[in-house]
Amino acid sequence: MSDRGYPDAVADEFTAPPTEFTDREDRTVELRPYENTEREREALVEMYDSFDPADRAQGIPPGGEERIREWLDAILGGECRNVIAWCGDEVAGHATLVPDGDAYELAIFVHQEYQRAGIGTYLIRGLLGHGQAEGIEKVWLTVERWNRAAVSLYKKIGFETSDAESFELEMGLRLNPDAEREEPDEDQ
Amino acid sequence: MKVLCGIGGSDDSFRALDRTVERAAVADDDLTVAVVENPDSSVEPDEIVQRAESAIEEAGLDADVRLIEGDPGSRIVEIAEAEGFEEIVLGGGHTSPMGKITIGSIAEFVLLNAKTSVTLVR
Repeated sequence: MSDRGYPDAVADEFTAPPTEFTDREDRTVELRPYENTEREREALVEMYDSFDPADRAQGIPPGGEERIREWLDAILGGECRNVIAWCGDEVAGHATLVPDGDAYELAIFVHQEYQRAGIGTYLIRGLLGHGQAEGIEKVWLTVERWNRAAVSLYKKIGFETSDAESFELEMGLRLNPDAEREEPDEDQ
Repeated sequence: MKVLCGIGGSDDSFRALDRTVERAAVADDDLTVAVVENPDSSVEPDEIVQRAESAIEEAGLDADVRLIEGDPGSRIVEIAEAEGFEEIVLGGGHTSPMGKITIGSIAEFVLLNAKTSVTLVR
């Protein structure tokens, strides 16, 4: 789909990972871009295999190891951009940008053991920082409208609602100016 | 069973068509295919009708294909009620490259307003 709406203004600058922070439970969490290693992939499978189905959104993450692996193949490869939140050797959360036409679709998951500790906020900012550094221009997402915590987080970050007419809200964010659109030079 | 399958030309609607035709052949359903105007679809209504007719013919079924004008969701519900259909079958939603499923506006309206059971085909 190419008729999605995005804010005219470009979002704040987000810090690109690798970064480190302490969550509200005093755990040290590291954010790192996914580097396509076996170890990262297996740690992700482990996180999603024990992910509570109650926190699934619109069918993802899928259930069962086989489907999880298929889904990860689709969102970790090619032009996809991924950031992992590590707590030691364990994946606490994972956020992804998947290409869709001229924009990227965003999704973020924090494992139940690590929720309500502020990790999601750091993780989404880290992913957007990574995407910004990689030159991604536009990002969109859908969120279930009852999920107020998520909706207010996305708004705080700068996402604007682009479609409010279906079950899910659709929101958009501009990370970098359009390549074709020349920005006026203020010095001249 | 008297089944009304509503399709508008999206990928998931064609999936619903194929599955419903397949099942109708096995279960001896009395099938009607309603081709509706889905504003999100780029396939022309005549082409959708042709696809429906050839799927029905291939399965050796005797089913009615109708081109329905007007608001898709409300027309499907109206036809189902007026003609005593027992089940409505629709596409089960669009899947984004991410794998997220979104239910279309037609399915949403029919789900909330139909008196019959509604099947969304995945």
